[in-house]
Amino acid sequence: MGISFDLTIVFAFIIAFAIFAYVVMDGFDLGVALLFPFYPERADRDVMMNSVAPVWDGNETWLILGGGALFAAFPLAYAILMPAIYTPAMVMLLGLVFRGVAFEFRWRTERARYLWDIAFFGGSLLAALAQGVALGAILQGVTVNGRAYGGGWWDWLTPFTMLTGLAVVAGYGLLGATWLVMKTSGALQQRAFSHAHILAFATLAFIGAVSLATPFLEADYWRRWFAWPGILLTAPVPLAVAAAAVFLFRALAARREVQPFLLSLALFFLCFVGLGVSIWPYVVPGRITIWQAASPEASQKFMLVGIAILVPIILAYTAYAYWIFRGKVDPQAGYH
Amino acid sequence: MWSGFDAVTLARAQFAFTMSFHIIFPAFSIGLASYLAVLEGLWLLTGRDVYLQLFRYWLKIFAVAFGMGVVSGLVMSYQFGTNWAVFSDKAGPVIGPLMAYEVLTAFFLEAGFLGVMLFGMERVGKGLHFTATLLVALGTFVSAFWILAVNSWMQTPQGYGVNEVGQFVPEDWMKIIFNPSFPYRLVHMVIAAYLTTALVVGGVAAFHLLRGQAREASRVMFSMAMWMAAVVAPVQILVGDLHGLNTLEHQPVKIMAMEGHFRSYPDGAPLFLFGLPNQEAGRLDYALGIPKVSSLILHHGLNAPVAGLETAPRENWPPVGIVFWSFRIMIGLGFAMLGLGLASLWLRWRGGLYESRAFHVFALVLGPSGFVAVLAGWITTEVGRQPFTIQGLLRTTDSVSPLASPAVGSSLLAFILVYAVIFAAGLFYLLRLMRLPPHPGEEGPRPGEIVRAAGITPAPAIQPTSVHGEA
Repeated sequence: MGISFDLTIVFAFIIAFAIFAYVVMDGFDLGVALLFPFYPERADRDVMMNSVAPVWDGNETWLILGGGALFAAFPLAYAILMPAIYTPAMVMLLGLVFRGVAFEFRWRTERARYLWDIAFFGGSLLAALAQGVALGAILQGVTVNGRAYGGGWWDWLTPFTMLTGLAVVAGYGLLGATWLVMKTSGALQQRAFSHAHILAFATLAFIGAVSLATPFLEADYWRRWFAWPGILLTAPVPLAVAAAAVFLFRALAARREVQPFLLSLALFFLCFVGLGVSIWPYVVPGRITIWQAASPEASQKFMLVGIAILVPIILAYTAYAYWIFRGKVDPQAGYH
Repeated sequence: MWSGFDAVTLARAQFAFTMSFHIIFPAFSIGLASYLAVLEGLWLLTGRDVYLQLFRYWLKIFAVAFGMGVVSGLVMSYQFGTNWAVFSDKAGPVIGPLMAYEVLTAFFLEAGFLGVMLFGMERVGKGLHFTATLLVALGTFVSAFWILAVNSWMQTPQGYGVNEVGQFVPEDWMKIIFNPSFPYRLVHMVIAAYLTTALVVGGVAAFHLLRGQAREASRVMFSMAMWMAAVVAPVQILVGDLHGLNTLEHQPVKIMAMEGHFRSYPDGAPLFLFGLPNQEAGRLDYALGIPKVSSLILHHGLNAPVAGLETAPRENWPPVGIVFWSFRIMIGLGFAMLGLGLASLWLRWRGGLYESRAFHVFALVLGPSGFVAVLAGWITTEVGRQPFTIQGLLRTTDSVSPLASPAVGSSLLAFILVYAVIFAAGLFYLLRLMRLPPHPGEEGPRPGEIVRAAGITPAPAIQPTSVHGEA
């Protein structure tokens, strides 16, 4: 195998990176939308939307990059997983369409503004829920028949996937609330603090529930997490989650502005690592490994050239944009 | 509810529906991005305020259209996997990297510079702003480059091998990208985008001329649009002819369907103007044709023999009726555009370009015709490739995901409902922007109203005071 062996691992990490980048970045801007019902004042909503408007679309580009890279680097996995999560994927896409145009249309109408507010919230809720359900559906295992998906179109609907769906909604809500804590001030910020507090509890409860349920899905997950000596490697993950949770609550109680968001990101990162521990080296859990699904070396090499040159530029640009937009959002911005 | 439909038909309907909605926005934004670059360039060159007015006027329209193109494109990027899983597995190693390159290159350019283009005129200076406009235009072109490379490879595949599990694997990337139909398709599509935009601009200008408002700006954009139509429409007809000859060489069955040639014509084939293709009987009913002209066009000889669909196995026939008629709609509109261009030259020479109400009505009516022609052309080339997804190599029926009809039927219904709402609203807002005349002191997208910018809106995009509360 030689070099293709290495390239496959490289691509597994590239795609994991793209997915994680997507989850945390679109996570907070979806989360801001999820909080819309709790902030009925138009002025608050203007500020909330403006806090993510400059960056959300760049964030969503990572979803396209993640999907595109999966298609190119692991076409077999893309071909099996996408039909397996058909319904959640469709719901997510339609939700993102609604929410995406709401960013534009909301400013173009006075009369129908509340309708686009509903579209913004509803689309984001559907997208977040669908992403969590899709994650659960993949984790719980999909039926594979030869080189294709072999299950039905309701296989994704189980109590476990409902749990993961709600978990992602709560998690995104936490990211959104802590983002608002960082980006806003005054009464709006105070409300965001209290929401962040509640959502931190909810998120941790969901992390606990999903973590407890996961090992029962597959014997393989159980062995990985609890069998000796693997537990030496896996034990630090839940311990780190507990530590991050303690710091998060302390930061919220101390009314720190930036730390809660960073600690929420850390929670997401640890959950992501936990998922990696459960799944590796499979891309369709328990069925197809990354090497079985990998596209040929010629495809990977060709693509790696572009990724090696362009992704660092994109990252630098993204970092620059976030740096420029640091600081609080001006409440008057919507009234120019 | 869906028992009467098979999953393949539904999946095709869904792809066709979402694709049709998607394609009109890139077609518009490729042309409009270049038009904006021209307007800004002319403004910098001449200093005439009217060019800046027009630049800002069309920039607002561009922002809305571009946003809708991005959200409908997101849907497309996942449909390959959800609905065409077998195709994705088999073709992924070849077309996956090309599509990844589209994301990396085109989206990068657009994400990077659209924000500057939309909000940055006062912040970054004229030179840098113009550069940003040019790069956005380049980004739309690069996007077309990659996606048409993918599409052309599916029409005229080469440079590939087949591995032990039946996947198409790359052997020569240059051959894959620059496959035989790619240059023709790319040029034809980009010109179509320019022509479509020229017709929209001309239609909007004609509307304001008819109402007698914004005389200077309307005249300038009307004149520019009509020059474009006059120059580009004939070029497009010529390029279309070359593309057709390329198709004849590589996908002869598609040409047979476009021409309605069910039977062979050993001594000169007629050019059918009208007819009702009867796929079952294998003949063209109520045919009305001009003898020998098809042979003249396709083979440049009146008596050149032309093979018909009867020479191809029936299971390889595309749906002739759709291809036959979509082709005629495209051609008919193409000649109407040519007529518009020629009439504009005549009026320019004899005077009356800005006075002839009849001509303005003509231009207004043709305003949306570019979109119809793009769709008709797209349908011709895609349906004409049927029953294959990859010409001659992979059948559509063998490409589809293993999904039950109700799954695909429900999602199709959801797409129809959602797109009806979203795009009706988008169209409404676009038409409302177009209904207002351009005026002196035209403002661009307002900094406070954050226009949905595809990509990260960078620093200079927003007034510093509206970003940093403390500043």
